[in-house]
Amino acid sequence: MESAQPGARLRLIELTKRFGGVTAVDQLDLTVAAGTYFALLGPSGCGKTTTLRMVAGLEEPTRGRILLDEEEITELRPYRRPVNTVFQSYALFPHLDVFENVAFGLRRRGVPDVTEQVRAMLSLVQLDGYDRRRPAQLSGGQQQRVALARALVNRPRVLLLDEPLGALDLTLRRRMQLELKRIQTEVGITFVHVTHDQEEAMTLADTVAVMNNGRIEQLGTPAELYEFPATAFVATFLGRSNLLSGTVVGRDGDDVLVEAYGQRFSVPVIRARRTAGAVLLGIRPEKLRLVGTVDEVPAGHQAVAGIVTDAAYLGTSTQYLIRTGWGGEFSVFVAADGEARPVPVGATVVAHWHPRYAFLLDGGTPGGTPAVPVDPAGAVPANGVGPR
Amino acid sequence: MARRLWRRVADHWVLAAAALVLGYLLLPVVVVAGLSVNRPSSRLSYDFHEATLDNWRDPCAAPGMCAALLRSVQIGFLATAISTVLGTLLAFALVRYRFRGRTALNLLVLAPMATPEVVLGTSLLALLVAAGVPQGFWTVVIAHVMFCVSFVVVTVRARLSGMDRRLEEAALDLYASEWQAFCRVTLPMALPGIVAAALLSFSLSFDDFVVTNFTSGTTVTFPMYVWGANQRGIPPQVNVVGTAMFAVALLLMAAVRLRGRRARQPAPPSRGDAGAASERPVSAEVG
Amino acid sequence: MSGTYRRLLPYLLVLPGGLWLVVFFLLPAVQLVATSLYDPAGSLADGYAMTWAFGNYPDAIRAYWAHFGRSFGYAGLATALALLLGYPLAYVIALRAGRWQHLLLVCVVAPMFTSFLVRTLAWKAILADTGPVVGLLREVHLLAPDGRLLASPVAVVTSLTYGYLPFMVLPIYASLQRLDRRLLEAARDLNARPAQVFWTVTLPLSRPGVVAGTLLTVIPASGDYISAELLGTPRDYMIGNVIDAAFLVRLDYPQGAALSVLLLLVILVLTIGYLRRGAEEVG
Ligand SMILES: Nc1ncnc2c1ncn2[C@@H]1O[C@H](COP(=O)(O)OP(=O)(O)O)[C@@H](O)[C@H]1O
Ligand SMILES: [Mg+2]
Repeated sequence: MESAQPGARLRLIELTKRFGGVTAVDQLDLTVAAGTYFALLGPSGCGKTTTLRMVAGLEEPTRGRILLDEEEITELRPYRRPVNTVFQSYALFPHLDVFENVAFGLRRRGVPDVTEQVRAMLSLVQLDGYDRRRPAQLSGGQQQRVALARALVNRPRVLLLDEPLGALDLTLRRRMQLELKRIQTEVGITFVHVTHDQEEAMTLADTVAVMNNGRIEQLGTPAELYEFPATAFVATFLGRSNLLSGTVVGRDGDDVLVEAYGQRFSVPVIRARRTAGAVLLGIRPEKLRLVGTVDEVPAGHQAVAGIVTDAAYLGTSTQYLIRTGWGGEFSVFVAADGEARPVPVGATVVAHWHPRYAFLLDGGTPGGTPAVPVDPAGAVPANGVGPR
Repeated sequence: MARRLWRRVADHWVLAAAALVLGYLLLPVVVVAGLSVNRPSSRLSYDFHEATLDNWRDPCAAPGMCAALLRSVQIGFLATAISTVLGTLLAFALVRYRFRGRTALNLLVLAPMATPEVVLGTSLLALLVAAGVPQGFWTVVIAHVMFCVSFVVVTVRARLSGMDRRLEEAALDLYASEWQAFCRVTLPMALPGIVAAALLSFSLSFDDFVVTNFTSGTTVTFPMYVWGANQRGIPPQVNVVGTAMFAVALLLMAAVRLRGRRARQPAPPSRGDAGAASERPVSAEVG
Repeated sequence: MSGTYRRLLPYLLVLPGGLWLVVFFLLPAVQLVATSLYDPAGSLADGYAMTWAFGNYPDAIRAYWAHFGRSFGYAGLATALALLLGYPLAYVIALRAGRWQHLLLVCVVAPMFTSFLVRTLAWKAILADTGPVVGLLREVHLLAPDGRLLASPVAVVTSLTYGYLPFMVLPIYASLQRLDRRLLEAARDLNARPAQVFWTVTLPLSRPGVVAGTLLTVIPASGDYISAELLGTPRDYMIGNVIDAAFLVRLDYPQGAALSVLLLLVILVLTIGYLRRGAEEVG
């Protein structure tokens, strides 16, 4: 048990949960490396909580296996699992004070002297001196810390956090994010953090898995997910993307040629999830530049012309909405670097980008062969790509 | 395999225990139903002898029983009507207003519930005798109202305090006068509580023996009749009434349930995270 | 005008109900105390004289201390049994019944509509010497071949437990129903075994229900005399039987009143002590 790593590697194999007709979690395959901060990111209702509950033992999987390092825990009852949870609502025991809440797990396992451990844990979460308070006498942020301390004090091999910061206001949430990160580094336990907030996932996690409809769409570091999303869902859920549907019409050396709305575009083949048939050409709004005429587009760049329909000044950037010639909409973020002049609504503009920033996704129509997903080593989702 | 079996047992023994207790609760009702179709071998016998429907065909064959029953129903209705009105007013005042004497009133309302019935009955009797009031139908009604009011207050208050005050404020904001807001919003929402309180009052009044025994003089209610008959031998028709009351109670509760369900019907299943957590059937265990 | 009305409104609302309770509950209680101090030499026919006869109390205690003891013994036993039986039932209805919850609640409440007396008499049939329960117990030698259940404390306690069981089940059910189930999951997640979840979370959080249920059972049970009258013998009589006889048979009002007041006082003391201890343990 006392291996070099306090955290364990968590493996889910074909994990499935059905509630009657609803498939909440669908053949999930996932490996979380030991001692890492892992985020499970997805919209509400996609099956995140259900996945965590199965790992904690609070829900029985319909199918599949759960492994901690090499040990199978699928059948173990919750109290036998070296796994603890920070619940979404905290679920602090109202009849016990802070000290007893934190000591709860230790006492249940018959640990003889808990005082020292509890005190140490309370100071780790910066709640020294709050021992005798009741949960009702604490602020939201303090309750959150107690919930964290209560789980961590048991030294679980894996700590599950179900939207732990969901109930906090923005400022507090930011502070707690840094705090969580610090604590995880300090204790070295594997953290599995569930959230629907992409910013939170990207701030905290070493690895992020994006979940949708009970499946994992993509898994990787925040940068990998952002720079080269695997599916249209990831491209739009994690940040924003302009997606053009088109068809692959050929190859030009290391580039894939795409026709969309009567225009030709090219994308480097290493940036393509699919190299034939129907595709979606994606480009992030902040990778676009705005110029007044086609003549100003730099050589090698690709361009789309349109009319500015909306401009929102956000301080760090200005967001433009551009109606293209074929009636589509393009978002363009122009950084407020002091050089860009504001563009008035109604102006005719040309948005351009360098092809290396674009990416090609499966367009969802039958006919082509999907490209092999380029995934980071170590963690391979079985169902990373493909239409849903 | 054996472990699974053992786990099953560990998880479910409490269900078996509850089933046994439920059996204990229902056994006398079943026996009453059985006795209601029994022809006793003799007047004093309370054993099963042979089956007959005679008791059901003519419940009033037992001399005096139907008159007692009717009197109990009359008293029940009167006591229910009065205590529901008085208790509802009290509950509204206690929930909605702070006023002087509120704490004392709270105590006064709870006190009859914490007093054994013999004490309630004997003290009323002592007062009636001292004041020279003859005991009879109306003293029974008065006594029943007295102990029913407490239960009405508690029941209605529970409903009222669980109610969202902002709904009334919304009504006021939408140009309702205070009186209109009360009639259109508050009262309809409190109604299930009031109905429950009225049902409870009726059952308490109808079933009361002890307080009635001390305040009825020569008036005979159904429980008084049964008590008296116990000396002479219980006519089987008594069990017909018991069974019928049980059936009526079931029907009433089913009706209330159906109405409540229809009223709530159009609400779609909520899908917030917090909602999901509380909807989740949690299988917690007792060990 | 409207301001005055508004200030008076709460008083107008409480006036009828409050007055009713004052006149028909409080005043009678005062009269009961007064009656208990009347000269015991008087009679109902000739009238009683108020002589502040405090001696009625020691006299009553001397004569009937055994009945007091039996009352609280039986009531305490019945309450303990009702808690033991009622808790699992309330637990299952609140936490394990799923869509059967409503039906089970109806099963608890509906028997109360079958008259208490009629149900108590049904126990007479169930526990009869020729009945199946006695037969079975004799068969397995838990009862001597001529042993009886009827006309014994067993029958009285059985009936008391039975009669007040719903008053134990319903408050416990209500408090378990309010319990946040996520707390139970949190406890399981924090390595509590099923039994530990129960003792450390479920039971403490349902404590208000247990307190209310206990009081709602023990108070009426200690004053009950139907069970002892119908299923017991004079040897099993409780204080209620004595009070009933004092008022309605022997027409000894001062003594009956003294016994009533004593019963109320004992219950008051026990209740306050119980609530205070409960508050201490929680706080
Ligand atoms: N106990 C349950 N019974 C029925 N359906 C459930 C239950 N728990 C979750 N679900 C369903 O499973 C899906 C995933 O839910 P959940 O895991 O809570 O999502 P998330 O945490 O990602 O918001 C939802 O469609 C939800 O309706
Ligand atoms: Mg969730």
